[in-house]
Amino acid sequence: MAKIKKDNLNVTGEEMLNSPAPHIHSKWSVKRTMYLVILALMFPTAASIYFFGLNAILVILTSVLAAVATEYLIKLVRKKKFVMDGSAVITGLLLALTLPPTLPLWIAALGSIFAIAIVKEAFGGLGHNIFNPALAGRAFIQLSFPAPMSVWIAPSGFAPDAVTSASPLSDAFKQIGDNFELYMDLLLGNTSGSLGETSALLLLAGGIFLIILRIIDWRTPLAFIGTMAILSLVLGQDAVYQVLSGGLMIGAFFMATDYVTAPLTRTGKIIFGAGAGVLTIVIRLWGGMPEGVCYAILLMNAAAPLIDRYTQPKPYGLKKK
Amino acid sequence: MKNNILKPKYRGIPQWFKIPEHKLTATNAIQTLPLPDRVVIPLHQHIGPPSYPVIKIGDTVLTGQKIGDSNEFRCVPVHATISGKVTDIISFKDVVRNKEQQAIVIESDGKDKWIDLQTVDDPESLSNEEIIFKIREAGIVGMGGAIYPAHLKLTLPKNGRLETLILNGCECEPYVTADHRVMLEYGEEVISGLKIITKLISPDNIFIAIEDNKPDAIEHLTGIVEKSSLDGRVTIVPIKLKYPIGARELLVKAVLNKEVPFSGRCRDISVLVHNVSTAKAIHDAVIEGRPFIEEVITVGGGVNNPQNLLIRVGTPVKNLIEYCGGKNVNVNQIVLGGPMMGSAITDLETPVTKGTRCLLLKNTKVKAEQDCIHCGNCLDACSMRLNPSLLAKYSQSGRYDDCGEAYIDDCIECGVCTYVCPANIPITQYIKTAKQQLSLME
Repeated sequence: MAKIKKDNLNVTGEEMLNSPAPHIHSKWSVKRTMYLVILALMFPTAASIYFFGLNAILVILTSVLAAVATEYLIKLVRKKKFVMDGSAVITGLLLALTLPPTLPLWIAALGSIFAIAIVKEAFGGLGHNIFNPALAGRAFIQLSFPAPMSVWIAPSGFAPDAVTSASPLSDAFKQIGDNFELYMDLLLGNTSGSLGETSALLLLAGGIFLIILRIIDWRTPLAFIGTMAILSLVLGQDAVYQVLSGGLMIGAFFMATDYVTAPLTRTGKIIFGAGAGVLTIVIRLWGGMPEGVCYAILLMNAAAPLIDRYTQPKPYGLKKK
Repeated sequence: MKNNILKPKYRGIPQWFKIPEHKLTATNAIQTLPLPDRVVIPLHQHIGPPSYPVIKIGDTVLTGQKIGDSNEFRCVPVHATISGKVTDIISFKDVVRNKEQQAIVIESDGKDKWIDLQTVDDPESLSNEEIIFKIREAGIVGMGGAIYPAHLKLTLPKNGRLETLILNGCECEPYVTADHRVMLEYGEEVISGLKIITKLISPDNIFIAIEDNKPDAIEHLTGIVEKSSLDGRVTIVPIKLKYPIGARELLVKAVLNKEVPFSGRCRDISVLVHNVSTAKAIHDAVIEGRPFIEEVITVGGGVNNPQNLLIRVGTPVKNLIEYCGGKNVNVNQIVLGGPMMGSAITDLETPVTKGTRCLLLKNTKVKAEQDCIHCGNCLDACSMRLNPSLLAKYSQSGRYDDCGEAYIDDCIECGVCTYVCPANIPITQYIKTAKQQLSLME
């Protein structure tokens, strides 16, 4: 705090705070934002526990704890103050929600460690990472451990007899049909899949909660899901099925809207969402993997700075040259 | 007379970041502060070349006597605001203007003996040059916050005229109610000042813009206008409150749906915006011959008795606080100006200068600055459609040229970006630093 020069003016007693304008601040803080996102993520988390029982609880706890512990250790090594701002919890939680319920716990922990240590902290910590840590963590374990990453079980709650089944996107995916029951299952989450990807309805609820609180911008998910739906129709796919299945909902509402790795500008957000939509459908239809949301968003993350650069708002009073 | 409320035609600060108004003193009548024993009058209280003392230490001065001036037309003279003896000429750090400057100290003789005032009954009898000369001699600066010399704003090129005149009665800063009270209690003077401005620039359209949270002021001024010779020429436009609508760039956009050209002036689109309190000062100067030595200021926040006070320029801040019942125990910050744009002062002897509309006492918790998380709040909130986070980033790393490329000149320093920043980054301060560095480079 710089002390002002006193000169010939008399000075009266107590020290007054010298800080720059403005002198009032809104209720917004990083912590508030992060905890509201965690609150929104409780919708799909609750669904995953309902559908996959103990497996879900274990994978989620492992992933979150590993993320927070890694962040704490790295801050210790970097001699920086560890702040429990909730961002590491979000990374761990998001990662867990994209994992299959039967994944060995050490792999889930490894994914979290990679996400925090390499993808986030190595780039400088919160606000500096280029890629979404949770998605990059998932991509890492998907590439390293493809076998356990593609074991899917039918939802059975806390019942012990878990039956292995196919992920909807891998086989059922190719059969196009107007199956109302299938849609309902996808909406409610009564289907096999990753922990948090099952119930589209609850993901939607969490997303809308964040949109109403203005934590996330509606443009990104709308552009993402809209592009998916339109392209599916154009390419002769079942649009409802494409939108409701797989990781699209969680990707569109919780991953593509990540502040740090998405564009800042409003136009940029639309381009980002649409781009991710195109890439997802390309990977789903012609790629080697059943699901493409994760890689589509990661690819768009890399493009975000460029998108920002070309979509800067036109300042007040500036005439087009 | 239009009665539908005009909504600002700019994106502005969105509803979900709403800034609380805190206009607690809106119903408190203006009280006259007892004369101070001692005033400190800075010689440079405007934008432009400074004035120099025209008196010596030891001289006796009368209230309203000119004590500082220069040969430059662009300079605004300063006047003694109490009668007494000049005891010192000091140099002090002016935190509001962020520079070192000279100030004249006058000890009161307690008599408040005024100079002879030359009154004029009919401004129509004066030529435009005479009126502008009177305004300059009275030392009037813009009361909207820019402290730009009023006589320069009113001086037009030969045979020039401006199409539109907007009288600005918007007071969007929280807490401040000074202009509101001026409109209610000095309405006649404001409209009389408006008439003088109208004579000088002969506009086609005259608007009086007042925010919709001051319906009493809208009604009062409407009544006065209807009885005056301006009836039929003036449109009173109620404007939806949306900080920072009081800024001239945004007011022009709201009223006329035109934008002031980038790094240009309102004059470039043939518009003149004047504050209501400036209009009152112009009335005082031209009709009553009184120099600008008094102003209305709101003392708000952590004082026991928040008030609107009529004070003499150069009165130390501590006199205002004492009159308002002293400060509350938890006050740890004193701000000259409103909470969004004012400057924190650490010295209670700091004089109140021309164009200061508020003295705010408050309790501030300093929050640690974090890294930008790219949430885009500042972009959503910026009325000038800038990218404040980018400007702050460039300024932080000393890339001031890049700030220029990112249109930093457009920033009106309203403070909204900092208000909404979740990472507590002092964006406005970074932008001010960059602007200062850029002006040094030129």
